[in-house]
Amino acid sequence: MKVLVPVKRVIDYNVKARVKADQTGVDLANVKMSMNPFCEIAVEEAVRLKEKGAATEVVAVSVGPTQAQETLRTALAMGADRAILVQTDQDLEPLAVAKVLKAVIAEENPELVLMGKQAIDGDNNAVGQMLSALLDWPQATFASEVAIGGGKATVTREVDGGLQTIDVSLPAVVTADLRLNEPRYASLPNIMKAKKKPLDVKELGSLGVDTAPRLKVVKVTEPAKRQAGIKVETAADLVSNLKTAGVL
Amino acid sequence: MAVLVIADHDNATLKDNTHKVVTAAQAIGGDVDVLVAGSNTAAIAAEAAKIAGVRKVLTAESAELGQGLAEAMADLVVGLAGGYDHILTPATSQGKNFSPRIAAKLDVAQISDVTEVVSADTFTHPIYAGNAMETVQSGDAKKVLTVRPTAFKAAADGGSASVESVAAPAAPAKTKFVDQKIVKSARPELGGAKIVVSGGRAMGSAEEFQKVIEPLADKLGAAVGASRAAVDAGYAPNDYQVGQTGKVVAPELYVAIGISGAIQHLAGMKDSKVIVAINKDADAPIFQVADFGLVADYKAAVPELMSALTAAGK
Ligand SMILES: Cc1cc2nc3c(=O)[nH]c(=O)nc-3n(C[C@H](O)[C@H](O)[C@H](O)COP(=O)(O)OP(=O)(O)OC[C@H]3O[C@@H](n4cnc5c(N)ncnc54)[C@H](O)[C@@H]3O)c2cc1C
Ligand SMILES: Cc1cc2nc3c(=O)[nH]c(=O)nc-3n(C[C@H](O)[C@H](O)[C@H](O)COP(=O)(O)OP(=O)(O)OC[C@H]3O[C@@H](n4cnc5c(N)ncnc54)[C@H](O)[C@@H]3O)c2cc1C
Repeated sequence: MKVLVPVKRVIDYNVKARVKADQTGVDLANVKMSMNPFCEIAVEEAVRLKEKGAATEVVAVSVGPTQAQETLRTALAMGADRAILVQTDQDLEPLAVAKVLKAVIAEENPELVLMGKQAIDGDNNAVGQMLSALLDWPQATFASEVAIGGGKATVTREVDGGLQTIDVSLPAVVTADLRLNEPRYASLPNIMKAKKKPLDVKELGSLGVDTAPRLKVVKVTEPAKRQAGIKVETAADLVSNLKTAGVL
Repeated sequence: MAVLVIADHDNATLKDNTHKVVTAAQAIGGDVDVLVAGSNTAAIAAEAAKIAGVRKVLTAESAELGQGLAEAMADLVVGLAGGYDHILTPATSQGKNFSPRIAAKLDVAQISDVTEVVSADTFTHPIYAGNAMETVQSGDAKKVLTVRPTAFKAAADGGSASVESVAAPAAPAKTKFVDQKIVKSARPELGGAKIVVSGGRAMGSAEEFQKVIEPLADKLGAAVGASRAAVDAGYAPNDYQVGQTGKVVAPELYVAIGISGAIQHLAGMKDSKVIVAINKDADAPIFQVADFGLVADYKAAVPELMSALTAAGK
């Protein structure tokens, strides 16, 4: 079974995003960038499937700028076999990313697409669901457990109120939630080895996909700031303050 | 213009999230219909019909709709989409599962987690864990949105809409429901609770979490939440997680106990009206958003708080 893992280069999760003064977006100049944490979880799961013998090949793919090659090298160092960069400097909307991935899938024919449930920059939580809709494949989102066998994936999903288990026939799209696994750190020898693994670069234009934006960004602003509060000395002080504030 | 709101329910009762999304729909303008799709819809539809300003309630019933399978929900809604300019779904884990599928089938963008309706085609939503608010204008013929319920007031009752049933789609061929473990709690639901008490990594064990957080929540009539660290460590179930990638809450009162206040946690609770933090580290970032901070070991502070609440007649 071939597994395709879409990975995204995003602002590092430890960095607090700052809005640009001209309200056109978020300032990403000189900001530390990393692989989206949910994509790391997806790569880890794919590599574990290969280690267990359930997968034969793991292909990482990213849609983004030249620098996204670093993100793909990280996936290779974690254990992916090869990588594809669909290169573009455009900021693609989730629907466009899904269409690009669909075009890559038409060439690669994977039986499983394992990806993050959400990118921590756009926070859209949309690409996986959109991709499965475009492919007419079944979807299993927010996975906390994945088992492959008998031409299907049995996926336990994190839902409101608890957990749901579904079977999806392969090929399918599965999106990873936080509890699926704890991604490994790439070891130094594996980072070295990753430099020699194949990384194919395609120009976005060569795929013939319509990626025109559907949305126009009117402005990006800072959220409302909270007023600084006070420190109280005792639990009794706290209760009297809460009574005054009218919330008890 | 017509807006379709997809109701949030558990096949038994209608959830207040629906009323909140109806308010967002009314801000867009035009006729507002509510779709109740599930395995047992009559009582829920009757509730939805009472929401003031709703034109019509549509119901569709099948086992797969009751299980919330994304393929079934998307097929149903895409079939109804011809009559609507906007399709609004509450941004619950259920809604986030099927709404992007609808958008892709209609070949339109989805705008996720909308917190403000600027006009019928322009909406604001948080990005980057709520550290930036993005306003976008959609050029698509149909607008598919998930709406963050905590950002809107619940529409009042007082209406008497008609209820009409529509055909359910065929069962999805490639997805089968196996089972689910849903925990029924007597406490208020996290998403809509007036008070939330959350515990963090400081609890150290599931037993301690239950011993410290739950009695305080019960005393306050509160829902229980947790940080990701507490959930990952198994102190609390996964659906207690408050944050960027968990549940977003905005109660009247949020009490964070032994939680440091990471960006990802703040993203889920910083719109609460009043925030209380109990943390032994005076420099913990949670104090930067707390209205009332108590620098103390929770082991002493929570029992004292329990007694102070009792003394105050709680
Ligand atoms: C300045 C700026 C302005 C922007 N303006 C807009 C805008 O107006 N509207 C808009 O929709 N977007 C805009 N974007 C892009 C947006 O932030 C998202 O990157 C994009 O919409 C994809 O959504 P997401 O990453 O939130 O997807 P999600 O659905 O949250 O991502 C889920 C998963 O999809 C996969 N994935 C996502 N993107 C890629 C990728 N590029 N390559 C490979 N896999 C991927 C990953 O597996 C990821 O875990 C802007 C970006 C910038 C920097
Ligand atoms: C992709 C991604 C998504 C994430 N999503 C979320 C999310 O949705 N929600 C979320 O919460 N986190 C999320 N996180 C995790 C987040 O970054 C933090 O790691 C997490 O919130 C920390 O939890 P905590 O505050 O309980 O633990 P810690 O940061 O370890 O804080 C524990 C606090 O307890 C205090 N303490 C210890 N002992 C005591 C005592 N006896 N009395 C009083 N105080 C005490 C300490 O001073 C400390 O401040 C995410 C991370 C990533 C990478």
